[in-house]
Amino acid sequence: MSAPPGVTFETLKKDIRLEWRSKDAINSMLFFALLVVVVFSFSFDPNAEESRLIAGGLIWVAFLFASVVALNQTWARELRNQVLDAYRVSPAPANSLFLAKAVGNFIFVTVLEALMVPLFVVFYKLRVLGPGWQLVPVAVLGTWAIVVNGTFFAAMSLRTRSREIMLPLLLFPITIPALISTVEATTTILVGDPTTSAKFWIVLLATYDVMFTIACLALFETVLHAE
Amino acid sequence: MRKAFPILGILTAIFLSYGLYLAMVVAPREQTMGDVQRIFYYHVPSAWTAFLLFFINFIASIQYLVRRNPVSDKVANWTIITLAVVCCIGSVVAAVVPDLKAALPQGTEPSAIGTTGVIIAIAYFVIRKYFNLEAVDALAVTTAEVGVVFCTVVLVTGPLWARPVWGIWWTWDVRLTSTLVLWLIYVSYLILRRFSSSGQTPVMAAALAVFGALDVPLVYFSIWIFRTQHPQPVIGGGGSIDPRMMHVLLMNWLAFLCFAYLVCWSRYRLEIIKREVEEAQALESLLEPRSVAR
Repeated sequence: MSAPPGVTFETLKKDIRLEWRSKDAINSMLFFALLVVVVFSFSFDPNAEESRLIAGGLIWVAFLFASVVALNQTWARELRNQVLDAYRVSPAPANSLFLAKAVGNFIFVTVLEALMVPLFVVFYKLRVLGPGWQLVPVAVLGTWAIVVNGTFFAAMSLRTRSREIMLPLLLFPITIPALISTVEATTTILVGDPTTSAKFWIVLLATYDVMFTIACLALFETVLHAE
Repeated sequence: MRKAFPILGILTAIFLSYGLYLAMVVAPREQTMGDVQRIFYYHVPSAWTAFLLFFINFIASIQYLVRRNPVSDKVANWTIITLAVVCCIGSVVAAVVPDLKAALPQGTEPSAIGTTGVIIAIAYFVIRKYFNLEAVDALAVTTAEVGVVFCTVVLVTGPLWARPVWGIWWTWDVRLTSTLVLWLIYVSYLILRRFSSSGQTPVMAAALAVFGALDVPLVYFSIWIFRTQHPQPVIGGGGSIDPRMMHVLLMNWLAFLCFAYLVCWSRYRLEIIKREVEEAQALESLLEPRSVAR
């Protein structure tokens, strides 16, 4: 169960270096998210007032869909040359591998968000009316919620037929409470209604993150070695 | 055991027809909703049965995960016992301290906490005693499949009832949405079971079931808050139920439980036989390598 930071750090470094050289995940994610934004803006064509109400939902749905693209590649990458089998027989604890992958995905999705948010602001004429700094914890917790479960389910769907389709089928139902919380928190902050506060949603999101991080860490070894 | 099956079948048929008679003829006509309300005697028992089956699935899944390792098995056993004891102590404390008693949801007695804990522990240990590791997985498949069927009945009868009474087919209310999410989770569970290669299916499915069980309270809570912030259609919350209606409801639930048990039993037998056949085939092909090529 222990996770020596050395193994985690080395795996993370390797993943980032790989991504830096190939830019597979980030490019496909970016283009995918861009398409979602454009398609949504064509199908709704909202004014500034309306878009403030729906933007929270749009942003997070776009990020959720886009992160599936990256999550599908996390483990598929390790299948080539039987790297994953090598991991299984190595004495490195499974959880450090999991943490490295989850943190790696977290970084990729965060980069995506940082690049996409300005586009959203421009396309949907957004202006934050509430306490804008609260968007930072919402983004961090929301991203982690998607990424931690996504990494786990990606490892699970690796052993199934048609695994690319399997991941969203497993991930989306479980993500519903996190999605509600992030979307509601984002909308609350964007609209800036003084009678409501996003704090409750942030707490709920943090609870979700803690619960599912523990569950993933407790079960990952079993799933990795399932044979 | 095999002789009991037709007897139970006949008993179930009797119960179901008696339940139908009670629901359609004996039960009093509801004052505001009229005869439409009679769908209640099918809607609610299916819901209870589905939740019970999902609960058994959750326990079976946990057991499949923990019993593969003696240490985690022991830890799980003691955790369950501790949970039951804590619940009992909690109910005594809640009965004594008035502030805590007031904090409980309306209409809940403090003893309910203790009873729930003890029932969970009993269910856990009964399943542990009568099902071995392989059988626990078969139990999980069975309860998930039959549970999805009952949950589908709930989701279909719900709108049929809602349309004449509320004027809408569907509303994103707490109970409706939570049930829908539960149904979605278990459908993804069944898809996972179908799509994964046979050797690893049980572990993955069990892990997914545990994730789903963790998810449901969060779904319930988040939608509860989400909806209270928005305008809400009138839902028949609160109020008391006529004892005659309660009698019909419980009778129907008994019939549904018998029916669910019957279906689960045959599905469970089928699963066990299927595994035995697979095992025999694998053994055969090991003994006679050439027969595979044929």
